[in-house]
Amino acid sequence: MTQQILFFVFGAIVLGAGVAVVTVRNIFHAALWLLLAFFGVAGLYVLLEAPFFAAVQLFVYMGAIGVLIIFAVMLTQGIMKEKQLPFNEQWWMAGLMAVLLLAVMVYVIRQLPAVTPQALQWDSIDLLGMAFVHPQGFVLPFELASVLLVAALLGAVTIARER
Amino acid sequence: MVPLQWYLILAAALFCVGLYGLLARRNAIAVLMSIELMLNAVSVNLIAFWRYTESNTVTGQVFAAFVYVVAAAEVAVGLAIIIAIWRTKNTVVLEEIDLLKG
Repeated sequence: MTQQILFFVFGAIVLGAGVAVVTVRNIFHAALWLLLAFFGVAGLYVLLEAPFFAAVQLFVYMGAIGVLIIFAVMLTQGIMKEKQLPFNEQWWMAGLMAVLLLAVMVYVIRQLPAVTPQALQWDSIDLLGMAFVHPQGFVLPFELASVLLVAALLGAVTIARER
Repeated sequence: MVPLQWYLILAAALFCVGLYGLLARRNAIAVLMSIELMLNAVSVNLIAFWRYTESNTVTGQVFAAFVYVVAAAEVAVGLAIIIAIWRTKNTVVLEEIDLLKG
């Protein structure tokens, strides 16, 4: 029962903040709403008993990505005038498409059989740490992911550097 | 516990909100923020499926971790491109970025 109440609280935070992100006129306010949406998702991870991802959500999304986005907003501010419309002229088509897609997905999801989750047998952080470095596990994709991150960040610095 | 369907419907709704922002916003940074919302919805789906159906393996969590890595890389490169465009064209409005139009 407590879990269901918490689910509704975090779900309302996520959805409300998400709608605010895409509708709010001021881009800086949108960035702040985005941070709130990330926080709500972290709460959902706690409910799903994935503590590692709750922590990573706070560090990586609310910390790193949030700071990056706010920096970008401040570097490009004053460009978007407050009285300008935040949407392009296809906004109604985009809304129609989003609503249709949501209807289809809800229709499909409602046909799924009910699943009862099993209790966790091991500490999921232990398992995850083992899987990332075990030769039979995901060590190659793990290393590739670090190469991807380094390449992307070097590329970002090169692109954004003043010439 | 909460039924699995609730998580899936919440994630679908969040994905559609992000899709609307992606298609309708004029500011390039707002479009990037909408993409972040969509990636978050996907991660919620992956973690929910892991918890409800495969909680004794680790594959679902590993996939979610790679979504994080790709999201971090994507937002860094995307914001760098936006800043570079702002330097040369002095705009972040997507309709005014039409260098490739004939």
